[in-house]
Amino acid sequence: MNAPFQLDVTSLDQLPVGTKARVCSVDWATLEESEACRLRHFGFDEGVAVEPLHLGPFGRDPIAIRVGRMTVAIRRRHAGAIRVQPIR
Amino acid sequence: MNPLPLVAVAGSPNAGKSALFNALTGARQKVGNYPGVTVERHSGRLTLADGRPVEMVDLPGAYSLDPASPDEAVTRDVLLGKQKGERAPDALVIVLDASNLDNHLRFALQLIELGLPTIIALNMVDLARRDGLELDPKRLSDRLGVPVVETVAVRRRGIQELQAAVDDMLSAPFCGVHKHVKSDLVHLQRRAREIASSAVISETPVRRWTHRLDSLLLHPVAGPIILALIMFVMFQAVFAWSVAPMAWIGDGVALVSNVVSTTLPAGLFRSLIVDGAIAGVGAVITFLPQILILFFFILLLEGTGYMVRAAFLMDRLMHGVGLSGRAFIPLLSSFACAVPGIMATRTIDDPKDRLTTILIAPLMTCSARLPVYTLIISAFIPNRRIVWGVGLQGLVMFGLYVAGVAGALAAALVLRRGVLKGGGGGFMMELPKYQWPPLKDVAIGILTRAQIFLKRAGTIILGTTIILWALASIPQAGPGQKQSEVSIAGHIADGIEKLVKPIGFNHDISLALLPAMAAREVSVSAIATVYSIDSPDEKAGATRLEDALQHRWSLATALAFLAWFIFAPQCISTIAVTRRETNGWKWPLFMVTYLFALAYLAAGATYWIAVAAGLGG
Repeated sequence: MNAPFQLDVTSLDQLPVGTKARVCSVDWATLEESEACRLRHFGFDEGVAVEPLHLGPFGRDPIAIRVGRMTVAIRRRHAGAIRVQPIR
Repeated sequence: MNPLPLVAVAGSPNAGKSALFNALTGARQKVGNYPGVTVERHSGRLTLADGRPVEMVDLPGAYSLDPASPDEAVTRDVLLGKQKGERAPDALVIVLDASNLDNHLRFALQLIELGLPTIIALNMVDLARRDGLELDPKRLSDRLGVPVVETVAVRRRGIQELQAAVDDMLSAPFCGVHKHVKSDLVHLQRRAREIASSAVISETPVRRWTHRLDSLLLHPVAGPIILALIMFVMFQAVFAWSVAPMAWIGDGVALVSNVVSTTLPAGLFRSLIVDGAIAGVGAVITFLPQILILFFFILLLEGTGYMVRAAFLMDRLMHGVGLSGRAFIPLLSSFACAVPGIMATRTIDDPKDRLTTILIAPLMTCSARLPVYTLIISAFIPNRRIVWGVGLQGLVMFGLYVAGVAGALAAALVLRRGVLKGGGGGFMMELPKYQWPPLKDVAIGILTRAQIFLKRAGTIILGTTIILWALASIPQAGPGQKQSEVSIAGHIADGIEKLVKPIGFNHDISLALLPAMAAREVSVSAIATVYSIDSPDEKAGATRLEDALQHRWSLATALAFLAWFIFAPQCISTIAVTRRETNGWKWPLFMVTYLFALAYLAAGATYWIAVAAGLGG
């Protein structure tokens, strides 16, 4: 079993609600320019603390995520481009 | 003449920028469009302590000078002095959300680099304190090198201090260098975080209000139910509260029309004023109460922060047809009237999403179709009960609504795959903190919308109704002739009849379709007029319109007429507002064409199927 501080890196869309994590990397290449720009505006960046808070009622999409001090909603597809490391 | 000093108010979305702008300038605002784009320009006047006026302009909310939407592009261009229709600002007020400094400071840093005289309004400090965050404005000011004023715009706190700071800023000599250093976003963001954390005095983690509310309002089961309830209340209000004021406006129009009729001598000019201008504009402004009540709710939902939650809840479903959750409220509003619905699409960032929403909004069954539907249904559909509580008439009415929605969704799918292919189509939104908007700001919003609507009614709509009147009144019928046949409109109706005969429409309907361009419900009065004028053996009003219709129309024709009105874009106001919101005639023309084509096909299919089923007799 993994020690709590060595939880596996996963993508943000796979992170269970209420799990705090840090952003490891963002796969900017899979995003369109305006989408990437907006994610940067929201503060998605390596090392930033994130936490999924709510899921949309249909198909669990979109996802409401806390980024730093802000809460933003993005679609599952975009969250998939963000790699995160869960923290305890 | 020296122009007034121009101060731009800039900030990220949800920083409380508009509330601050309202607090500084008051209710006397000018709303227009920046040339060439559909971005609203809000400007107003601030009077300094010594009476000097300053022009203020409220720039669209932006996250940075690297635009991700048309709004943000305007903000950048204004700040760099490159926006058409706007001079370069002399100074800048940057609005920051105190509890979201690490994000908002990034934009502020970019703006400060521009080198304009700048003040920072550290806004919503009350909400930050509620969240257990204590900031030091002095330290922030030292780090940024510009004055920082604490404000709570919605409570009008800190506004005096901010005004004084604007005064100082404009009085100081300034030899400006305007530069925009293209800066690295990631680097800026890190610097912003560092400065933000240095300004924090203390931070006590508290269970946040907004999070608690969201746990309920965004709950997978409770969330959609609450949304449905809110929408239900909204529609109840739109229809119930508007009954009395709509009657007053109707009475007022009748009164004016009476007074004018008795004072002017009979003749063409009186007919122009009474039957053309007053009747036409009257028919349209009757909807003003509904539109204003609808906007009251939209502004309230927007101001409290619930609107983006509604979008969040509906996004997946809307995504299925290529739209975003943002389209939900505008489309829903269109059930009352497409005009406020189309105006509400301004909250949609993505231009193609927005255009698609505008183009399908007229397919939502608006309240102007109700008189038409009610008349035809009560004349032709037997009042039979199908099962307990469900009557055939109600079912047909429901079917018409469903057909409209289905048509809209199908149209969205086709548009998103065809002419409006591509684009972000994404859904990325900040979920702001819940707060109660000041009613004064809501009132300012409603007033602005009312002005826009009345201006339309006074210009384009008035012009068109006069043209329609002229077509129906010239040339005047001689003795023994029917006005409806000799007029230009009568001849046009002959032409229309040839076109619409295949889909089961008779000459009366052809004649009603033309005035119905002003507003759909006018077709009812038009048909009534035709039958009362053209039937000397039946005393006008002696026969019910339903009975007259039953004698003259087959069931197949009636059904085709209903199908026609699901799709037909017969509303000058909608076309006018589409022109305004899309900045040109290209899209309104496209809309009119595809909707008429759909209406023709739907009416035709209905007629042919009904005739085949033996209902054509």
